[in-house]
Amino acid sequence: MIRFILNEKTIATDLPPGMVMLDFIRYHQHLTGTKIGCREGDCGACTILVGEIANGEMHYQSMTSCLMPIGNAAGKHIVSIEGINFADSLNPIQQAMADEGATQCGFCTPGFVMSLAGYCLSNNDATVISSIDGNICRCTGYKPIERATEKIASIMKERTLRQAQYEDAITYATRKKILPEYFSTIKEKLVLIRREALQNQSSELKNFLVGGGTDLYVQQHATITNADIRFVFDHPELNGISKEGNRCILGSSVTVSDLKVSPIINEAFPDFQQVAKLISSTPIRNMATIAGNFINASPIGDFTIFFLALDAQLILSDGNSKRELPLRKLYKGYKALDKKPEEHIEQIWFELPEKNHYFHFEKVSKRTHLDIASVNSAIHLKMTGDSIEQANLSAGGVGPVPMFLQKTSDFLRGKKISDEIITEVIEIMKTEISPISDARGSKEYKILLLGQLIKAHFLNADF
Amino acid sequence: MKNIDSYTHVRGESVYLDDIPLVNGTLFASVFDSPVAHGKVKSLHIDEAMKMPGVVQIFTATDIPGENQIGGIIADEELLASTHVHFCGMPVALVVATSDEAAKAAVKKIKMEVGPLPIITDPREAKEKNELIIPPRTFQLGDTTTAWSKCDHIFEGSTETNGQEHLYIETQGAYAVPQENSAIRIYSSTQGPTQVQRTTARVLNMPMNFIEVDTTRLGGGFGGKEDQATTWGVLCALAAFHLKKPVKYSLHRMEDMRMTGKRHPYSSDFKIGLDKNYKIIAYEATFYQNAGAAADLSPAVMERTLFHCTNSYFIPNVKATAYSCRTNLPPNTAFRGFGGPQGMFVIEAAIAKAAEQLSISPIVIQQQNLLKTGDEFPYGQIAQSEANECWDRAVELYDLNQMQRDSDDYNSKNKLSKKGLALMPICFGISFTKTLMNQARALVHVYTDGSVGISTAGVEMGQGLNTKILQVAAAIFSINPDRIKVNTTNTYRVANTSPTAASASSDLNGKATEIACLAILHRLKAVVAEELSVDVKNVEVKDEWVFVNDKQTDWSWNKLVQTAFVKRVSLSEHAHYAPPGIWFDATKEKGHPFTYHVYGTAITTVTIDCIRGIYEVDAVKIVHDFGKSMNPIIDIGQVEGSLVQGIGWMTMEEMLYDKEGKLKSNALSTYKVPDIYSVPKEITIHFLETEKENLAIFRSKAVGEPPLMYGIGAYFALYNAVKAFNPAANIPFDAPMTPEKVLMSLYSTS
Repeated sequence: MIRFILNEKTIATDLPPGMVMLDFIRYHQHLTGTKIGCREGDCGACTILVGEIANGEMHYQSMTSCLMPIGNAAGKHIVSIEGINFADSLNPIQQAMADEGATQCGFCTPGFVMSLAGYCLSNNDATVISSIDGNICRCTGYKPIERATEKIASIMKERTLRQAQYEDAITYATRKKILPEYFSTIKEKLVLIRREALQNQSSELKNFLVGGGTDLYVQQHATITNADIRFVFDHPELNGISKEGNRCILGSSVTVSDLKVSPIINEAFPDFQQVAKLISSTPIRNMATIAGNFINASPIGDFTIFFLALDAQLILSDGNSKRELPLRKLYKGYKALDKKPEEHIEQIWFELPEKNHYFHFEKVSKRTHLDIASVNSAIHLKMTGDSIEQANLSAGGVGPVPMFLQKTSDFLRGKKISDEIITEVIEIMKTEISPISDARGSKEYKILLLGQLIKAHFLNADF
Repeated sequence: MKNIDSYTHVRGESVYLDDIPLVNGTLFASVFDSPVAHGKVKSLHIDEAMKMPGVVQIFTATDIPGENQIGGIIADEELLASTHVHFCGMPVALVVATSDEAAKAAVKKIKMEVGPLPIITDPREAKEKNELIIPPRTFQLGDTTTAWSKCDHIFEGSTETNGQEHLYIETQGAYAVPQENSAIRIYSSTQGPTQVQRTTARVLNMPMNFIEVDTTRLGGGFGGKEDQATTWGVLCALAAFHLKKPVKYSLHRMEDMRMTGKRHPYSSDFKIGLDKNYKIIAYEATFYQNAGAAADLSPAVMERTLFHCTNSYFIPNVKATAYSCRTNLPPNTAFRGFGGPQGMFVIEAAIAKAAEQLSISPIVIQQQNLLKTGDEFPYGQIAQSEANECWDRAVELYDLNQMQRDSDDYNSKNKLSKKGLALMPICFGISFTKTLMNQARALVHVYTDGSVGISTAGVEMGQGLNTKILQVAAAIFSINPDRIKVNTTNTYRVANTSPTAASASSDLNGKATEIACLAILHRLKAVVAEELSVDVKNVEVKDEWVFVNDKQTDWSWNKLVQTAFVKRVSLSEHAHYAPPGIWFDATKEKGHPFTYHVYGTAITTVTIDCIRGIYEVDAVKIVHDFGKSMNPIIDIGQVEGSLVQGIGWMTMEEMLYDKEGKLKSNALSTYKVPDIYSVPKEITIHFLETEKENLAIFRSKAVGEPPLMYGIGAYFALYNAVKAFNPAANIPFDAPMTPEKVLMSLYSTS
């Protein structure tokens, strides 16, 4: 039995926990405002809000319901577009969208409205445009939507200005009639449901381990829906980002959004917000886990490339014993891992870059945002003066696995950066990679592009 | 007035196909489609699929009671493959089960053995093998053969434009519900309800009056649901016919992308000749259209390529030939612009090539050759041109010289990023080029409480058609728009409709609505004239009140309507409209096919990152010929949306089929359409408003398709930016200009 709140209604269901929230909302609750566009998290038409209690407060995030198993809803508040409608009027988000002509065929519109509602409820300083970076509209060319968001942002600006007399997001949103009054009663109702949800969590080994679901549901939707699943997304011991000395430790359920708001991460990677902006979209970042990115083993996984250059280490557990494995040793071949079926990642740790370190990530894709990379690359240099003491260079899209470029990295050791050295680096790189031509680009392009990204790594360096 | 659907849209309360409440006992369908692009069907194994849980029945070609034929223009496309498969994604069998999941699971169990036949994916190869959908057609003006001798400069070249996935966010789908006496109601996400009705009747061997097709709205169409929505409506009807149960099929995105056709890829050759003043003296073009495996709308699309082969320019000697080439891809189909963009790209490439070889700006050639009123199109129609007006206004309003200087200045200061600028004039003919399709009907009822209900032939798909229809009725009756409701498009209420396409639906249906409302209004005024004993000429309705001799009476709209009803005067009208003066003689390839043309000019600026090959569109500044816009919010929305779709086609949207005819860009993860970050940072639209008479509804010109072609400007702006980095760059005219092509060009050598 899974319990959660859907809009104003408490749900207790025995449906398969692997069923996606989209199907539950549309076909079991007959709430048809949440639309099906692609079922792979790439269009945002099915965006919902997921609220949970964190640090004693309700915390809402947008998610794509097509990739979210109802098992991950236990103890949470799920909000579909019907849950933010007022009886006889439009809220300011809806009014702005209507007034600006930001809705033509209307099919993507509920998704945009929900993402913008997520923006209005967020406590971080996300921009209004970034909140809709996962929503595709094929009619408007986005310009009227931009105009609508300006109005919405100005409403929210009032809240920021009033921060001296702090008002929490929900109080503000209900007072401003952005959201219905019932939102203020959710926390109280949720406390009980949540306690039960936490108690019911199983650590039992199952056939499927599901974190955020963002890769699994794209690839194996039909298989997982009725599978016996262990959900790890909300396991307290698998969450959290911590620092021990210079070591940063990530629980395996840490999401990209968790990294985005982490002071530890932002301090160590000053351009992390720009990096994250290049990787998927807000609702997907809210669901996608770093460990999931590793295990998916895509040769082009953005965070795999990022953490390869950091020489991240994995703590694998089979329920009884644990072992430590460098991320770079995880990949044995295309989608083949040095991991037993019963093993899962429990923790990830890496050394935070220090003052004399340089870290940089590059990614180029057909569409700059919300796209899979043609080629991506990360570099981590330990400097002594102006010479390189140690180098880690990784690259994706240029081989069957996410690649740690060992030879190229070794070559860099002891070198001082110059145009000549970079030219040599690129030639050595070419001996290590084996890209193929596919939908993301031709082999020749990928070779040229990785060379360019290596140049970009050094172009950005301030040593 | 904003879109009348916006209230329900923003609340998620608008009803699309998949939102229709299901009738008890509804079954779900899913198609087994061909995994190979060409071959002879040796055997089809459905036994294992039949044993799957929830499966009710599996239908194949042998279950079709009428004709196994869905071809509209040419009868060359089977609904379900019988002996041969002609493209990957061709429907072969229809599984019907108690749930969508069960149907899809069973599809996976179907096995087919196919004897392979040669696969053609390239249109030039198809032409070589004489695989043509129709005989080639040639449009001619003047005489190019003698004209070449008068040219000071002659250039030749080739171009490629790739296809484009419609990517309506609502996928294709239909829901067929059996009615009494064997009739069937089909809810269809279609731009052409009559096409669904006619084809269902043909396939089921039933009269058309037993097939009711109803369409509330589409979650996007863009041409993709003009012809290609028919398959799903007919398949559901076929299953409903046999099983006597409601049957629904709402396609998964990957099914949709795999099984449906797209914008036609074209491969083309050009030859252009100019005199010493850069006047284009002669132009020849040969178009190889990749039609896919069946005709679909390809002949009509090919025709429009020829109509628009000289874009917005007057060229005295033209010879343009087009081949519709049969390949083993899904039958390509209508897509906003309908062949026009493919024709225009080639003339723009020819001008770019000439300019490059002559070391002048293409702008000089473009400007020198713009159409003037009185100039003749290659198909014989005489232009009523706004081309120079739009161009001159854009140059002046946006200060082209300054823009050019800013761009040059930026390029001289920046080594690793470069700007490019391009102008794109457009000229697009309005009307279906098949003259008979230019007709529409509207059914208007005034109810006794004064409210009004309207049904037309047009389908609402986001373009704001219903809003404009409502505006027409509100204006003619002079009543509050709140009194008016525009109803679903239904073949029982309005018959024999043309599809909602060709940008012409507001004109055709709007004018039909106007005629119907005027007829009712005339009868209502006659009632007043009789009751008040005044001359009907002096009776008017203004803002819900009856005026006689410009003086308000005590007759409200409601009183007027009720009095008319009591006097047994008809409060309903079914009106027909067919625009006058259009004709085309295909034996001579001459005529006057368009009611009018739409003109405009866009200036596009881009910046490329010369390290990574990625780029941004900085601005698109447009002067557009709206006539006299009846709804600026909707019309601006059409320009912005169309432009961005055009930019997508020219930049990131890359259709990829392999040599085996399999679609590689088969999901949203591999086929990228513009997102909010990739659209131009600035879009400015200036209305060129004219008071000139035209045949548009309320003189508000059609706006759906023409602005898409402004997107071509993005290609040439990128082209120019690459040249600014590497003047020796070898850039083939091969759209889309993906970041891959930009990077490869930046570092290419000629």
